[in-house]
Amino acid sequence: MPKLCWEDFKPGAVAEYGPRLVTREEIVAFAAEFDPQPMHLDEAAASATLLGGLGASGWHICCLLMRMISDGYLLDSSSMGAPGVEEVRWLAPLRPGAQIKIRTTVMETRASKSRPDMGLTKFLFEMFDAAGTRLMTMTTTQMVGRRHPETER
Amino acid sequence: MRYFEDIQIGDRYSLGHHTFSAADIKTFARRFDPQLFHLDEAAAARSHFGALCASGWHTAVTWMRLMVDYRRRLDEEALARGEGVGSMGPALGFRDLRWFKPVYVDDTVDYTAEVVETRTSGSRPDRGLVMIRGDGVNQKGEPVLTFVSTAFVERRPSKP
Repeated sequence: MPKLCWEDFKPGAVAEYGPRLVTREEIVAFAAEFDPQPMHLDEAAASATLLGGLGASGWHICCLLMRMISDGYLLDSSSMGAPGVEEVRWLAPLRPGAQIKIRTTVMETRASKSRPDMGLTKFLFEMFDAAGTRLMTMTTTQMVGRRHPETER
Repeated sequence: MRYFEDIQIGDRYSLGHHTFSAADIKTFARRFDPQLFHLDEAAAARSHFGALCASGWHTAVTWMRLMVDYRRRLDEEALARGEGVGSMGPALGFRDLRWFKPVYVDDTVDYTAEVVETRTSGSRPDRGLVMIRGDGVNQKGEPVLTFVSTAFVERRPSKP
């Protein structure tokens, strides 16, 4: 039985995960596989772009966040996945050697109209580096299993 | 990529397709999204998904890879014709991403991109902003992915 069910995510609840070191090696490896633009691959080419130096792919930033929230709480929960992501903003470059932290805030919860065994939890996720610079924000609604499926009304 | 001035709303790019193998689905999930329904056939069969399926992030980053490859081909063709190419990126983010249906083992997703909005940038006069909708459709013609991204594109340098 998962420790965390939909009922456990209360609006306004805040949690933090990390820090996690992001190496140059993994930034370049992700980019080579999924987003091979010069600004994510090579310092000299990256310095000539608006990124102003080597920085992680925005998709890599999303994937790092996904992994950190998985280890942070999702794998201990009755997560049923997510139907989508409302918004992601990449606010500042994620540089090699950064120590990143995630802050999660429960924005809103509601029961599912169609599935009595499931609830919806809307989160704001924010990523910061060690200096406290906010690197990204993500707003998404996750589907989470209920501890007490709603019975017939 | 052509310069910002060459990009029109409604421009549509066929990026190609990708088939998601069980091995690739699990390798990606182990790195970035280790929920059991992306990692383990038996656990996935017991979940509401009913079978092993790809992380939604895997479906999305595959769009990005095909988009980068497509742009590189366009740039090489333009350079071969002696034309200039504008640099693209970085992106500022995306919105309205939907994973409509799971992508299951051996599903083939066909990816496209379409320009939905363009505007000049107040902060960067040498760049414009281009909003591109990315879409993925499986082999049955069912949409599996959509989102709208916003990225900087270089403007055509003014003649001296």
